[in-house]
Amino acid sequence: MASLIDCPHCGKRPREEFTTLGSAVTRPSPSADSETWTDYVYLRDNPRGMHDEFWHHADGCRRWIVVSRNTFTHEFGGTRDAAGIAPMISPTEKTSQK
Amino acid sequence: MKYSALSVFLNGLRGNTAWQKMWRAPDPKPQYDVIIIGGGGHGLATAYYLAKNHGITNVAVIEKSYIGSGNVGRNTTIIRSNYLLEGNNPFYELSLKLWEGLEQDFNYNAMISQRGILNLVHNDGQRDAAMRRGNAMRLHGVDAEYFDKEAVRRFAPYLDVDQSRFPIVGGLFQPRAGTVRHDAVAWGFARGADSRGVDIIQNCEVTGLRREGGRVVGVETTRGFIGARKVAMAAAGNSSRVAEMAGLKLPIETHVLQAFVSEGIKPFIDSVITYSMGHFYISQSDKGGLVFGGDIDMYNSYAQRGNLSMVEHVAEAGKTMIPRLSRMRYLRSWGGVMDMSMDGSPIIDKTPVENLFINCGWCYGGFKATPASGWCYAHLIANDAPHPLTRQMRLDRFARGNMLDEEGSGPTPNRH
Ligand SMILES: Cc1cc2nc3c(=O)[nH]c(=O)nc-3n(C[C@H](O)[C@H](O)[C@H](O)COP(=O)(O)OP(=O)(O)OC[C@H]3O[C@@H](n4cnc5c(N)ncnc54)[C@H](O)[C@@H]3O)c2cc1C
Ligand SMILES: [Zn+2]
Repeated sequence: MASLIDCPHCGKRPREEFTTLGSAVTRPSPSADSETWTDYVYLRDNPRGMHDEFWHHADGCRRWIVVSRNTFTHEFGGTRDAAGIAPMISPTEKTSQK
Repeated sequence: MKYSALSVFLNGLRGNTAWQKMWRAPDPKPQYDVIIIGGGGHGLATAYYLAKNHGITNVAVIEKSYIGSGNVGRNTTIIRSNYLLEGNNPFYELSLKLWEGLEQDFNYNAMISQRGILNLVHNDGQRDAAMRRGNAMRLHGVDAEYFDKEAVRRFAPYLDVDQSRFPIVGGLFQPRAGTVRHDAVAWGFARGADSRGVDIIQNCEVTGLRREGGRVVGVETTRGFIGARKVAMAAAGNSSRVAEMAGLKLPIETHVLQAFVSEGIKPFIDSVITYSMGHFYISQSDKGGLVFGGDIDMYNSYAQRGNLSMVEHVAEAGKTMIPRLSRMRYLRSWGGVMDMSMDGSPIIDKTPVENLFINCGWCYGGFKATPASGWCYAHLIANDAPHPLTRQMRLDRFARGNMLDEEGSGPTPNRH
């Protein structure tokens, strides 16, 4: 993957300053039916190509941003602030094995 | 040809000229009973058990590259059955039992070595979780032992037990776990399936699924259409791409995991050790190289290569666990693309599309599952009903809210 990410607030910064969460899927309205919610929480397009995803500029402006990135060539297609689309946050401690 | 010590000796006398090819390179037939998409470990094992357990031999395994080019030839070869959950443990234990008899069964030396696995723990919470998991394993009749700090020190004197950063307080040991020569698994299953009549078709990519009246009737490939009564997907990291051909959206993200091997050294690490801080695991191959890895790179990727920042992260974690690794030199590193599922557990099921079956979601733990996955998937395809041990590995479990989340990390594939 490229070693620089172009933060809309801070400009080009080293990739190590960022953490990633996953697909920038939009949260449905609370009253949406359970099929819509299942789709949002569990199903992913998982494209081999351009993909919008949430990244967090943890060691910078601490804003959530949406990065468009090619999942095969790793080229960047652009970034924007994530305001308006809420990422799902989950804990990070883990003890997994192969 | 049956392999034996005698056959090695006799072929040696004849200058090793009489060995036969291990499998044929047939042209695809127009029609099969079963087509398996993907010639990785799971696809080949499925073909083998379809032929051996169910007598279904009019089968083709269709592989876009060469067999063993995917994760079956890229993993770090750890096998174990130290799972906590009811829906997982008996399945992985079946796999371990199959591994124990596999070499005799398919007459191939897969260098299965039950050298044990030690999962280190670093705090009270991890210790309690390890003990709970160990107890769950023992209730299932699986071997598990808890090592306290001194036992860990005796077992693996090279570990930095008293380090200031992540002191080691103990570990959960499974003696029957171990390592396998992964390529030999692909080759052994391929040879066994081929000798029972299965066609292994390499360098042939599935590009579409042909449907008539809703049901699948065959696959479009780079070598033309091939008909089939049943089509079974086993495409690992490319599962979403193949499923999309049938209009299915999966609870899967594709991620890259890297692995590393050092220069060969004298015997040093005689078991498999996993670190629970910083995520690092290591074993030593029979050739002497230290084989190790860590986290996935965290971002979705279909590229079979990873990022340098993860290389650094893995090396740092390794050095806090075994300081003397700092003198080792990396020989090679590589990456594989994996089908990370939303709860970290696999899917073996029918799909909503008639005649289409799915096997995916193996994350970074599917190598150990290879024999059981093939066994249970073959059962499903042959009988149109799930094998009892995969009852909780259904595709619709997400919609039903019945996750099989071994680590409790929620629907975030890169955190499992
Ligand atoms: C670095 C690394 C380390 C790992 N370590 C371990 C470990 O220590 N223990 C463990 O249990 N697991 C481990 N794993 C996970 C394990 O390797 C995988 O879960 C498992 O191998 C996946 O199943 P498979 O062997 O069938 O996959 P693969 O070998 O990837 O097979 C899938 C095949 O499908 C083919 N294919 C895809 N699309 C198409 C198409 N359209 N047409 C035709 N063919 C297609 C691919 O070319 C590929 O050969 C590791 C994985 C990686 C990457
Ligand atoms: Zn920023």
